[in-house]
Amino acid sequence: MRQRDTTGISLASKDGFLLKLELLSDPKLLSVVRGALERLTEVFGFSAPDRRSVTRAVDEALTNIMRHCYNGRTDQPIELYCSRVPPRSSELGDGLEVLLCDQGPPVDPSKLRGRRLDEIKPGGLGLHFIRQSMDTVEYQRAGSTNQFRLVKYVRPSTQSRTP
Amino acid sequence: MQISARHSDSTTIFDVSGDIDLANSPEIRKALLREVREKRTPRVVMNLSNVRYIDSSGVASLVEGLKASRDLNLRFILFGLSPSAREVLQLSRLLKIFEVYDNEDQALSS
Repeated sequence: MRQRDTTGISLASKDGFLLKLELLSDPKLLSVVRGALERLTEVFGFSAPDRRSVTRAVDEALTNIMRHCYNGRTDQPIELYCSRVPPRSSELGDGLEVLLCDQGPPVDPSKLRGRRLDEIKPGGLGLHFIRQSMDTVEYQRAGSTNQFRLVKYVRPSTQSRTP
Repeated sequence: MQISARHSDSTTIFDVSGDIDLANSPEIRKALLREVREKRTPRVVMNLSNVRYIDSSGVASLVEGLKASRDLNLRFILFGLSPSAREVLQLSRLLKIFEVYDNEDQALSS
């Protein structure tokens, strides 16, 4: 199995990728990725709410890449890697790590905080959804690549089966 | 995603099906704002019972519809929220801001 560029965030798993997707920055492909994530999170053993959380977070992260890193261009490359990572505590099961890579300009980390929710207005909700949905959310610039790393751990009481 | 409209005296019901995401939320926004700002329909109702997924851009379109309705003292109603749609409105603390009903009968008799 191919290993990705190790100059960025390192894999915590030695098992390789569970899933790798290469797609263009076309919003019409978002539903394709959601479909893949829905199935992957199911076989990984997440509960139904956690499956929706992971799928939502990845969808929102991809949306942000398409809108903000690529400014709506629909022909730019995005890579998505899914890997298994070990539990970070005894209360948690294995984690699903999703790494999203794009070749857009560097992201200003100060813009990754999301907005306050005490004002009713459209927009700015995507980052909030990502942070609420995942256990770990990290950004790193590696060479010319933006890397967004998302991790969600299986809650053992809801773990049904693993691939 | 597909959207169609049913019209009665003072109400328009939008029947939406499929997922609402970045690829199609502008279409939702356009239909909603046209109904509210141009037609000034007194009661706009969104049937979301066949919508499985709404992303943040879809929520933003609904918020725009709500704000435009409030500005004109019109009503904007949602019904038939899926678990995913309900979750995103809860996460964005908007569930109590919208007028939400379980089904069409409840929405129209409100």
